Amino acid sequence: MAVSQTPRSPLLELKDLRMHFPIRKGAFRHVVGHVKAVDGVSLRVEDGETLGIVGESGCGKSTLARTVLRIYQPTSGEIRYRDRSGGTVDLAALSGPALDEIHRDLRMVFQDPQSSLNPRLPVIDIIGEVLSVNGIVKGRELEHRVADLMLSVGLRPEYMRRYPHAFSGGERQRIGIARALASNPRLVIADEAVSALDVSVQAQTINLLQDLQEQFGLTYLFVAHDLSVVRHISDNIAVMYVGRVVEKAPTELIFSRPLHPYTEALLSAVPIADPRLRRHGTRIRLAGEVADPAHPPPGCPFHPRCRYATELCRQELPVLRTITADGHAAACHHAESLSLNPFADRTVPEFN
Amino acid sequence: MLQIPMNTDPDFAMAGGRLAERDLLIEVDDLRTHFFGGAGSIRAVDGVSFSIPRGKTVCVVGESGSGKSITGRSILNQVPRGGRIVSGAIRYRPDPAAPAIDLASLDPRGRDMRAIRGAQIGLISQEPMAALSPVHTIGNQMMEVIRLHLKMGKKEAREHAIETLALVGIPRPAERMDSYAFQFSGGMRQRVCIALALACRPKLLIADEPTTALDVTTQANILDLLGSLQAEFGLSVLFVTHDLGVVAEIADEVVVMYVGRVVEAGDVDTIFHAPAHPYTKALLQSVPRMHGQPTERLAIIEGMVPSRFARPQGCSFHPRCKQARAGLCDQRDPQSVGIGDGHVVSCLLYEGGQ
Ligand SMILES: Nc1ncnc2c1ncn2[C@@H]1O[C@H](COP(=O)(O)OP(=O)(O)OP(=O)(O)O)[C@@H](O)[C@H]1O
Ligand SMILES: Nc1ncnc2c1ncn2[C@@H]1O[C@H](COP(=O)(O)OP(=O)(O)OP(=O)(O)O)[C@@H](O)[C@H]1O
Ligand code: SF4
Ligand code: SF4
Ligand SMILES: [Mg+2]
Ligand SMILES: [Mg+2]
Repeated sequence: MAVSQTPRSPLLELKDLRMHFPIRKGAFRHVVGHVKAVDGVSLRVEDGETLGIVGESGCGKSTLARTVLRIYQPTSGEIRYRDRSGGTVDLAALSGPALDEIHRDLRMVFQDPQSSLNPRLPVIDIIGEVLSVNGIVKGRELEHRVADLMLSVGLRPEYMRRYPHAFSGGERQRIGIARALASNPRLVIADEAVSALDVSVQAQTINLLQDLQEQFGLTYLFVAHDLSVVRHISDNIAVMYVGRVVEKAPTELIFSRPLHPYTEALLSAVPIADPRLRRHGTRIRLAGEVADPAHPPPGCPFHPRCRYATELCRQELPVLRTITADGHAAACHHAESLSLNPFADRTVPEFN
Repeated sequence: MLQIPMNTDPDFAMAGGRLAERDLLIEVDDLRTHFFGGAGSIRAVDGVSFSIPRGKTVCVVGESGSGKSITGRSILNQVPRGGRIVSGAIRYRPDPAAPAIDLASLDPRGRDMRAIRGAQIGLISQEPMAALSPVHTIGNQMMEVIRLHLKMGKKEAREHAIETLALVGIPRPAERMDSYAFQFSGGMRQRVCIALALACRPKLLIADEPTTALDVTTQANILDLLGSLQAEFGLSVLFVTHDLGVVAEIADEVVVMYVGRVVEAGDVDTIFHAPAHPYTKALLQSVPRMHGQPTERLAIIEGMVPSRFARPQGCSFHPRCKQARAGLCDQRDPQSVGIGDGHVVSCLLYEGGQ
């Protein structure tokens, strides 16, 4: 892939993106409020980059992914995408055939393989779906393509006539990855794509995703809760909390110098594969639940759970701002003055 | 100790005194659960033996498709369509003083099994959405289970359901009774599943990848929750996961499976710090490290899990095993041998006097 040297717009740029779901009540289904699942996200994703997205359950990661793919019509904001011709389109404003065309470029691997694979279709039709629309690829050629894709994700091609139920959870997830790769996409949004895989297949799949990235110049938006995986695969990490990005930085900085108290808590909750360490718990237990995106608390949404919260935090919403010159941004009033625990504080003797 | 030797095993009598001291809730003994279909039979569970001590957590790890979920489903005697338990025993001892019940010998649809399943043995599954009905409210689903098993009236069942939802940390539980599954986030949904599984205060909870789709802080909370429920109710937990970090945090004992068999079992410290089986060792090495530089590539286990229809001759792991010995591993089927206190391994390197 030729890399142009001229500075150009990022592959994907989200500008103040919002996705609010209406809450309806009563016989007339009146709108009584909104779930602000994504609430003002601005992010840049460069060509060939892997941007990891982490955050608590319900913070809006999947909604963000689905909104970028235009499974949802965003409430407001822009999804600027640089297409193959080099021009920039706002996906938020697209519809119909133009959107279908984009959907070959932007593919998603879903969180829940059970519900995302059609149980009535054999694997060949699931993986080959995007190839066989409009009859672009058919018959023998389709079989070969599907066999190739299956092999590349570590599935046996002789199973291509089987139905999803005859595969284990991990195998089904690989079917989903093969399906996403079928149309030679440019951007793959992986929503917990490797979470259901066991360790050795996960390792194979991560290596595979990295190989494919190198080979085809793929760009990844990688949503995952496993920080060791995210750390391994991501160039940059965005940490979300209640619909917003609260910290963004190059991967190593997130771990070595977190600037947001939520990130600090997140790092301390990572389970480490060493049973000796469980007695050395220095974990910050987050009290209470993640804030309800229908009624986010005033001020900093994290303040009810934050051990550093001050009066200012209860009053004013902190915006995401660049804190240090090395590209480290955080949305915390006190980012400059707090000295938060980096991940490395929990040292582990390596096992062998 | 995890592996249960047959009565025919001479070691059994010798170790008898010690084994008898272990208060086991479940003993799985040479369990075989196969699927029968057009393409031939799949030996999803192919001679599995291990046990679950009362009040303890046993983690099952292993390659995708190795039979972890089907082992759990077999204990529930609820094997998915097309499959059934073909042999072996699942001795369940709800009352330590009374004789064990062999779950494998009960009719899966019979009254006895239905009285145990869901009431005494609860399940949280890998895919919470699949476990919850899309068309019934959470409250109705909970009350149905409670009324069926605990023979409670409507009002009492409702209170019990709300209490259980509160127990698992659902805020405003009375209000949330009227919500549907899709209205909860992933983490909350999993709490609902736990509530559903615990509604009848079971003795055993089979947790099949319950935290796989959750972020770490929620996972930490759920693991804490399971830990405290365990302390409160003396619950035994069979926890299926591929996350070795989670295993290290919660397991008392670990069972490692490969292609339908247990290849190694032992207490958690032994498995992590003195693993014996080449597969266990390779597995531990393929975890992305949280320390030091993230390496360019992860260590992987070469090759693929063998086809379920064509299990390799000899040791199933031999085509991928770095320590395989030609002429031995591709010929002989390894048997499980005890190599330490409660440490069992199924590898030819350990057979013959080791
Ligand atoms: N279609 C929808 N209608 C209404 N509310 C929704 C919808 N989808 C998601 N939500 C709500 O939006 C919020 C964000 O949900 P989302 O699924 O994006 O979270 P997530 O970060 O992916 O969580 P998890 O880690 O559990 O998958 C949640 O409060 C959820 O209940
Ligand atoms: N309903 C079914 N029909 C036919 N075969 C099945 C069925 N369910 C599972 N199997 C097969 O049984 C074997 C064991 O499956 P199981 O779901 O127990 O694996 P697992 O260890 O839980 O894997 P994972 O980690 O991917 O969830 C697999 O080879 C699978 O293909
Ligand atoms: S702004 Fe205040 S409440 Fe929010 S994270 Fe920073 S210190 Fe905590
Ligand atoms: S029996 Fe042989 S092939 Fe199997 S695990 Fe042991 S050394 Fe490896
Ligand atoms: Mg999600
Ligand atoms: Mg499974």
